Amino acid sequence: MFTQYKYWKPYISPYDPCPPIRVKSYSTPPNLYLHFQPPGLPQFKPKEALYHGTLWPVLFSPYPDPHKRGDLDE
Amino acid sequence: MWYYEKKLQYPVKVRECNPMLAKFLIEQYGGADGELAAALRYLNQRYSIPDKVIGLLTDIGTEEFAHLEMIATMVYKLTKDATPDQLKEAGLGAHYANHDRALFYENAAGDPWTATYIQAKGDPIADLYEDIAAEEKARATYQWIINLSDDPELNDSLKFLREREVVHSQRFREAVEIIKEERDKKHFF
Repeated sequence: MFTQYKYWKPYISPYDPCPPIRVKSYSTPPNLYLHFQPPGLPQFKPKEALYHGTLWPVLFSPYPDPHKRGDLDE
Repeated sequence: MWYYEKKLQYPVKVRECNPMLAKFLIEQYGGADGELAAALRYLNQRYSIPDKVIGLLTDIGTEEFAHLEMIATMVYKLTKDATPDQLKEAGLGAHYANHDRALFYENAAGDPWTATYIQAKGDPIADLYEDIAAEEKARATYQWIINLSDDPELNDSLKFLREREVVHSQRFREAVEIIKEERDKKHFF
């Protein structure tokens, strides 16, 4: 499944001074995958486009990660 | 030349006086990956790049100034009525000593903006790849500032600006595709 965030599990040492963040994530926005934007893609309505910051749903990148739970140590 | 429209590209609302957040936001004002560096980088590269992508650099460089204006509005609103004590507490004591509450092109650590932040190599691929990298770095900077901010209305504007970085990166990637295009060329061997 395509997601705009990727996850990885860093090594956790038994001697880490801070409580470990077990899963780390980074953003992979749609511009990394679109190549040359094809013509005729669906568009937001003007007001929706302003709120989203783009005319095209295919280019919208949500932040923070909508699939991440609220707690720090996921 | 330019025409000026006396309004912001996207509304800027700030919920509370928070000079500490202003200190972080100034990174996007006068930092290496900030809006000033972006605008000057793109508008300057226009002269020596193939004709097909000059218009793109003009459009995006111009939009960066509209973003600069939004950041300036945010910083101004966050600091305009702060007392010297509040500024000192937020880590802006040195800024106040030098500039009062005036805005200055500097990064979050207080280093002044410098032209060494930007490049003009004259090679279209090198320049456009720098522009793509600059957009991704600005996107990441917006993410880290949103993580530091707990002002929902300000974050709404910051999310708009982050999305614009994504769109600009897309357009620069398309510019690279245009420049390296071979599809419709005649090939002689």
